[in-house]
Amino acid sequence: MENNSNKFMRSVRLKESACQGCINCIKYCPTQAIRVHNGKAHIIDKFCIDCGRCIRYCPHHAKIAVYDPLTVINNFKYTVALPAPSLYAQYNNLTNVDIVLNALLKLGFDDVYEVSAAAELVSEASREYIKEHREDAPFISSACPSVIRLIRVKFPSLISRLLPIKAPVEVAAEIARARAMKKTGLKPEEIGIIFISPCPSKVSYAKAPLGIEKSNIDNVVAIKDIYPLLLPHMKHDESQLKPLSHSGRIGIGWSNAGGEVGGLLIDNYLAADGIVNILRVLEELEDEKLHGLTFVELNACNGGCVGGTLTVENAYIAMTKTKRLTRYQPVSKNHLADNPELENIFWAGDIEYEPVFRLGNTFKESLKMMSDVEKLTAQFPGLDCGSCGAPTCQTLAEDIVRGAATPNDCIYVLRSNIADLSSRIEHLTQGENAGKTLSREDDELLHKYIRELTTELASFGVPENLRQPGKKEVKD
Amino acid sequence: MSDELIFTYQIDGDDFTRAGEASSSVKNKLKMLGVGSDAIRKVAIAMYEGEINMVIHANGGTITVSVSDTDITMVLADQGPGIPDIDKAMEEGYSTARDEVRSLGFGAGMGLPNMKRFTDEMKIDTVIGQGTTITMKVNL
Repeated sequence: MENNSNKFMRSVRLKESACQGCINCIKYCPTQAIRVHNGKAHIIDKFCIDCGRCIRYCPHHAKIAVYDPLTVINNFKYTVALPAPSLYAQYNNLTNVDIVLNALLKLGFDDVYEVSAAAELVSEASREYIKEHREDAPFISSACPSVIRLIRVKFPSLISRLLPIKAPVEVAAEIARARAMKKTGLKPEEIGIIFISPCPSKVSYAKAPLGIEKSNIDNVVAIKDIYPLLLPHMKHDESQLKPLSHSGRIGIGWSNAGGEVGGLLIDNYLAADGIVNILRVLEELEDEKLHGLTFVELNACNGGCVGGTLTVENAYIAMTKTKRLTRYQPVSKNHLADNPELENIFWAGDIEYEPVFRLGNTFKESLKMMSDVEKLTAQFPGLDCGSCGAPTCQTLAEDIVRGAATPNDCIYVLRSNIADLSSRIEHLTQGENAGKTLSREDDELLHKYIRELTTELASFGVPENLRQPGKKEVKD
Repeated sequence: MSDELIFTYQIDGDDFTRAGEASSSVKNKLKMLGVGSDAIRKVAIAMYEGEINMVIHANGGTITVSVSDTDITMVLADQGPGIPDIDKAMEEGYSTARDEVRSLGFGAGMGLPNMKRFTDEMKIDTVIGQGTTITMKVNL
C-alpha cells in the first residue's frame, strides 16, 4: 500500500530566508503549485510534481532541491554507487567511462553499477512489451518521475498508457543490491545503494516511488556535489583503470532527450522534452489529436536528464558530449537473459488518479464552487498580474472558493474598495465644510474610514520588509 | 434544486490553429468538477469535432455548454451555409471540405459521425443559407 503521508512528498523546497516574495516562481510553475502570501512563496504539496522549474527561474535562489550528502556512505558496511549516465556528460574530453567509474571507487564507494547498463535492460523489456501490446499503443515512457506525477494529477485518461516498466535506476538498484549481497554475504540493510542523480525528482521517487511499493535506492546524492570531488581522482592513464564499464550506446544515450526511443528501434515515435512542451503533448494525446504513434518519450527537463537541476554542464553541450562518448560503442551490452537477479522488471501496482485539482468533494459541491469561481473571475481585471500571490485571476478565484484567499488579495478589488470608502467621506473636503472643525457625526465617519482603510490594507499581503515604517525610511 | 453551470464560447472562423481551444477549456473545467474521464473524453472529442466543423464550413459560431448533475449539453450554433443532406453528411468518409482544408489533415468525413458516436444524444437543426444548430448531450 502506498503510504498516504508520503503520497505527495516533494524534494523541491523553499528556502524561506532567501525568498523575497516576488512572483517569478508562481508564473513559471507549470502546475500552478506556488502562491506568495505575506511576502513568502509557499509550495502546495499536492499540486507540485517536483519538476524543478522554479529552481531554475527563482532569481533569489530561494527554491532548492533537498538530497543526501555524500557522508551517507558511512551509514553502510558496503556501498554501491549508481551513476546516472548524465554524470559522464559533465566532464570535458571524456573518452572512457571507466575513468569516472574508477574515480567513484577512489572516492569511497565499494562498487559501482551503471544506471545505463540497467537502461539497456529496460529498453529490451520495452521493445518486447510494445510488440506484445501493439493494439494498446501509444505508450508513454515512465522513466521521468515528474512525468508520472503530472499524469497522475492532470491526465487520468492517460494513466493506462504509461509503460508499466521500472525506471532504469530502480532496475539498477535491484541488481546492484542482489549482486552485492552475493559478493559480500552481508544483509540487505547493511548495503547502501546510492544513486548519483541529475534531478530532485528522483530523490522523491526513491522515498515515495510510484508503480512499486518500495525502492531499492537507499540514498540519492547530487551530480553537482559529486562532480568536483571526482576530478582529482580521474586518471587518464587507461592502463591503470579497472574495467568496470558495461554499457553501450543505447544505455548511455538515455541521458539525452530522444535517448529512450533510440533504444526502442521504432520509427513512429514522439520525443518531447521540457515541462511546458510535454504538457502540450499530453493535452493533445488526451484529445486524441496525435495519430499513428507507437511510443511517446517525455522528459520534464530541456534536453532530457542532462538538463536536470542537479547537473553542472549546459544541457545542450552535455547532449553533444554524450553523443561523442558513445560514438564508437557497441549498440548494447546488456540482456535480460544474463540478469537472473532481476526478479521482475515490471511495475507491481497500478498508478491511481489523484484528483487534486477538483474543487469540491462531490460533483454537486464542485458545481456550486465552479459557479462561484466563474462569478469571482468576472470581477477581477483579468490581467493575471500575480500581485495577489496567485498566478492568474482564475487561480485566485479558485483559491478563494477553496477558502485559501480573499477577494481583497486582488489589488484592483482593494483599490476599488478604498475608492468607495473615500467617496463616502469626500464631502468633508468640499464646499464650506473644508478645513472646518468636524461635526460629531463627521468625526465618527472619518474614524470609521480610517479603521476600514487600515483593515483593508492589512488584509492585503504586504511583504514584511515593507510593513515596518522604520525600515522604509532607511531605504529612502 | 438542479444547479446548472453554463459556459459560452465564440468560435472564430478560418483559424485552424485556434480550433480546439474551447473544447480544451471545457475539458479542464470538467476535470475540476470531478467528472469521470470517460465522459470528459466523449465531450472533448465531440466538441472538438464540432469546433473544427464550425471553422471549416461555417466561419465560426457560438458554443454553449451546460453542465448539470445529470448531463453535459453542448449547443453549437452557426450562421453558415446549412447542411443540404443530413443523411449523406452523417456517412463516414463523406466530406464537402475544400482541398486546401483537406491538405491540412481535416475533412476526412468523420466529424459528424464521431460527434454522434461520442455522445448519447445528437440533434441537428439546419436551414439552408441560414445556419446550423447542433445539440449534443453526454449523460453523466
